[in-house]
Amino acid sequence: MDIIFGRLTIDSLPFYSLIAASGAGVTVLGALSVVAVITYFGAWRLVLFDWISSIDHKKIGIMYIMVALVMLMRGFIDAAMMRSQQAIAFNSDGYLPPSHFDQIFTSHGTIMIFFMAMPFLSGLINLIMPQQIGSRDVAFPFMNAISLWLTTAGAGLVLVSLVIGKFSTAGWTGYPPYSGSEFTPGVGVDYWLWAVLISGIGSTMTGINFLVTIIKCRAPGMTMFRLPLFTWTVFVTAILMVFAFPSLTVACGMLVLDRTVGMHFFTNGMGGNMMNYINLFWLWGHPEVYILILPAFGVFSEVVAVFSQKRLFGYISLVLATMAIGFLSFTVWLHHFFTMGSSARVNSFFGTMTTIIAVPTGVKVFDWLFTMYRGRIIFKPPMLFTLGFLVTFTIGGLSGVLLAMPPVDYLMHNTTFLVAHFHNVIIPGVLFGYIAGYMFWFPKAFGFKLNEKWGTWSFWCWIIGFYLAFMPLYVLGFLGMPRRMEHYDIAAWQPHLIVAAIGAFIIFLGIVCMAVQLVVSIRDRNEALDLTGDPWNGRSLEWATSSPTAAYNFAVLPQVQSIDAWWDMKQRGVAYKRPDAYEDITLPKNTFISAVIGGAGFVFGFAMIWYIWWLAILCLAVIAGAVIVRASDDDSDYVIPASEVKAIEDARFAQLAKAPKNEMADDPGFAGQPVAEGSA
Amino acid sequence: MIDGPVLDPKGPIALAERDLLFKAIAIMMIVIIPVFIMAALFMWRYRGTNRGARYTPNLAYYWPVEILVWGVPAAIIIWLGIHLWHNTYKLDPYNTLDPSVKSLQVEVIAQDWKWLFVYPEQDIAVVNELVFPAGQPLSLKITSDTVMNSLVIPALGGQIYAMAGMQTRLNLLANEPGKFWGRNVQYSGAGFANQQFRAVATTKEEFDAWVEKAKQSSGTLDASTYEKLSKPSQKVPVTHYSGVEPNLFDSIIAKYIHGDVDRMPSAAHAETAAEPAE
Amino acid sequence: MTATAWTNVSPRDAEKYEEKEFGFWLYLMSDAIIFSLLFATYLIMVGNAAGGPTGKELFSLERAAGETALLLFSSTTFGLAAVALSSAERSKVLLWLAITFALGAGFIFLEIGEFRGMIAEGAGPDRSGFLSSFFTLVGTHGLHVSVGLLWIAVMIGQVLFKGLTAPVASRLMRLGLFWHFLDIIWVVIFSVVYLPGLL
Repeated sequence: MDIIFGRLTIDSLPFYSLIAASGAGVTVLGALSVVAVITYFGAWRLVLFDWISSIDHKKIGIMYIMVALVMLMRGFIDAAMMRSQQAIAFNSDGYLPPSHFDQIFTSHGTIMIFFMAMPFLSGLINLIMPQQIGSRDVAFPFMNAISLWLTTAGAGLVLVSLVIGKFSTAGWTGYPPYSGSEFTPGVGVDYWLWAVLISGIGSTMTGINFLVTIIKCRAPGMTMFRLPLFTWTVFVTAILMVFAFPSLTVACGMLVLDRTVGMHFFTNGMGGNMMNYINLFWLWGHPEVYILILPAFGVFSEVVAVFSQKRLFGYISLVLATMAIGFLSFTVWLHHFFTMGSSARVNSFFGTMTTIIAVPTGVKVFDWLFTMYRGRIIFKPPMLFTLGFLVTFTIGGLSGVLLAMPPVDYLMHNTTFLVAHFHNVIIPGVLFGYIAGYMFWFPKAFGFKLNEKWGTWSFWCWIIGFYLAFMPLYVLGFLGMPRRMEHYDIAAWQPHLIVAAIGAFIIFLGIVCMAVQLVVSIRDRNEALDLTGDPWNGRSLEWATSSPTAAYNFAVLPQVQSIDAWWDMKQRGVAYKRPDAYEDITLPKNTFISAVIGGAGFVFGFAMIWYIWWLAILCLAVIAGAVIVRASDDDSDYVIPASEVKAIEDARFAQLAKAPKNEMADDPGFAGQPVAEGSA
Repeated sequence: MIDGPVLDPKGPIALAERDLLFKAIAIMMIVIIPVFIMAALFMWRYRGTNRGARYTPNLAYYWPVEILVWGVPAAIIIWLGIHLWHNTYKLDPYNTLDPSVKSLQVEVIAQDWKWLFVYPEQDIAVVNELVFPAGQPLSLKITSDTVMNSLVIPALGGQIYAMAGMQTRLNLLANEPGKFWGRNVQYSGAGFANQQFRAVATTKEEFDAWVEKAKQSSGTLDASTYEKLSKPSQKVPVTHYSGVEPNLFDSIIAKYIHGDVDRMPSAAHAETAAEPAE
Repeated sequence: MTATAWTNVSPRDAEKYEEKEFGFWLYLMSDAIIFSLLFATYLIMVGNAAGGPTGKELFSLERAAGETALLLFSSTTFGLAAVALSSAERSKVLLWLAITFALGAGFIFLEIGEFRGMIAEGAGPDRSGFLSSFFTLVGTHGLHVSVGLLWIAVMIGQVLFKGLTAPVASRLMRLGLFWHFLDIIWVVIFSVVYLPGLL
């Protein structure tokens, strides 16, 4: 052990294998090209002073989504490698030895859950939720930025593990004692632990932030039961975040102590209890999957109403169902380990609670279907993803109810049936929801719409690719194939794995379509400008602001009188009314301190992984110092004078005068202006 | 080798588990099929360009629908719940099958990356092969001398983790003689993909003959042989041992406990066949 | 009549301080969950001494009582600082904060002594599962107290240099919540760890 470099040596560089070196090469090249592009466009001032130092929720939201999309590609490459390996590895070693394959399945799960889905939902929520409730920002903008940078620090650690050292082979769940230092010494599991711990602190803070925002920062008249469904799901999600993430912190914290200091929380013998890790991990893990999906359900609620041109059906039921799902999510965690030897009484309790969650989830599906009933459906890409979700997620829900029954789980646990089930709920549920949200709210963020043709192609590739990639895994589960195998000797499995690999390729095409969509949309942005701020004839308050939204969101805070507040304002004719007077608006100043804390978090994680103790202590001091500096700063806001607000708003009204009142009017399925109608 | 173990079970446990699976799928169809039909119907009929369909943009509530969408799934879940509860007790891996018949006791020790089967009553041990008479209940006591493993023989059903310092149980039965495979399904490291064993159900006579042959093996599983065996290795060929170190299984568990109070699942289980009074 | 920190606060700022306090309560709830899980782990593992020393052999009632007294008194002195804050008596605030700091530092001093002693006699956190859970539970609490001490020091600095302004007062209130919360956790530690371990 070196005092200066800890356990970091020249051997930590990935020159021991071609695959490792390629992965490292791609990562380093990716980082360098980002730097090159920014330099080429002379955009360093913009990036540093307008974005990295920003604590505006909208910019933070966009940066979160950028992290998510980058990590989606990294996680997908992992998936493509696994699928191609399994397609060829019948009675053969394939091209990925276990040491690589095992890192890949671990990083695939870790990235997709912690560094793709979590940032994606945090990003969409950050961008939209404050606008939906008529607020100017979240309750704690500075802490919001810290959350972003801590999440990025975690993602950074996972990426760095490709270049320096190795990643964990213990799966995204990291079960001990395999993940303990007796069986897996080295830096891999430590990379995983610190990436998860550091970003988990960010997520806990995010939950607190969103919860206080929704409870305390709503516009006048925006009562809880006038909130849009997306905000309701965010509310419950935030409660889950605050109450669930501590359990992950404890589980991973204890594993860090076992590995780094030689404690015996989860070791074989010496008083260790590995089952405790599993309980602590899944006590977080089950609410986590609801954290992932509830905001997506919220997106679907918004999209299905807007693109059926009809009010969301069953608002109260949907709210109650969301609350029920949130509450029940804490009562089911044992279903992840029915086979650990618990008694029939325990297993049947948790199995029953798990099947009960199917009820509110089913209610939601029916309420969305009934929103479509007697509507006028417009098949734009967000709606396509929603329809794909409704049909496909149902199958995943079915396989979930099957697995909820302990005797069935005894057969299926740890087989590809399980893998098929959770992808069947995560991809159509979580991912389609956030892709739909991305396409739905893109104009709000950037002021122009995404190309619909490429969006539609992307959808078809995703859904066809999904079915091809995952339905065979159900069959393989029936054939007895376990998960996480890098080679096998049962011939009957191979045809299904080949089909699955083809499905993965088609999903790849779907991702390519999304990338092309973005490039084409930026190129053609002047033909697709969103001039009104309301490109879809929307129903909730985020569509009242300009696109892109002004820094202060609303020049004058709206007075809310009804559910679907914006639709109601359009019907009453007050939608684009010029206010009588403007006031000064106070907003938080930009600051680099949050990024410094995130950067120090990243270096701290790296130092702890490599046992570079002096560096770790230094980083803690930097973080403490940064917090103290910020906590002593009583002048962290700036004022936009009323005259400047007026100038911005006048420019917006001028633009409105040139724009069609309803940008959807050109669509053949358009149902007409919002008109006051009698009750129905 | 069987290639469709779940759909073509060879034992009553697996059969019951499969039947529960099918029954649950059938019951769930009451909810699933309407969802598919409604989705397809509504997508077609209420597409925006179809001006013929009725358009009620403010229809946001209708209490008969609420009662239906809460009530029907709730009723189905209650129905499923009854099946779930009943079958979880019936198919508890710890249940002795048929207490009137003497079961064959086998002690299982998971190692990296192989399985060791000890037959305490016959005083033999085998690596990577589990032979037992068809029609006689097989009672497995399981532990691990390494990381967490999970034992499953898909054709016979059931699955249970193997954990160091702890003992779990799995009771299985094969209806007829046949050859199956079993394996570890809890990822345990580089040799995980190879951690498979042969499970063979034989006639009573074949079993007795196999035991006799094993007793002729030159090797015995004494402490030092066990020590060598437990080192990490992959694709270990089937090896028989005549004579086993006394109390080997218990000593492997004791190795990890240091005399601490027993806190393990075995304490939570009554090792009987009867269903608890309901 | 001296103006307190809360006079001349705009409605918007008052809202902001209320939001900060509410957010801080939520943070304390998440911390409470962390401690609950540490307690649960401790209770599961209290019997896992792996043939090594148990609480009976290691815990000292006198030291635990001393630590308890120090912490409980420090909560009282912080309360007195809060009273001084509400009547805008700056020097009293500084005095009581300093005494609180001293009492808290005394607590940490005793606790470090306890840990060092245990490690020296081979009863460190790497000896057994029981000791791992003990050191982590009590140590996490001690870490929180140490952060609290740093926070008290920073607040002493802020009161000295800025006076009892509204933002300073808001931070002091949150520090108070934190400090009293840690006191409650300690009472549970004393009741769940030391008393049963010794009886």
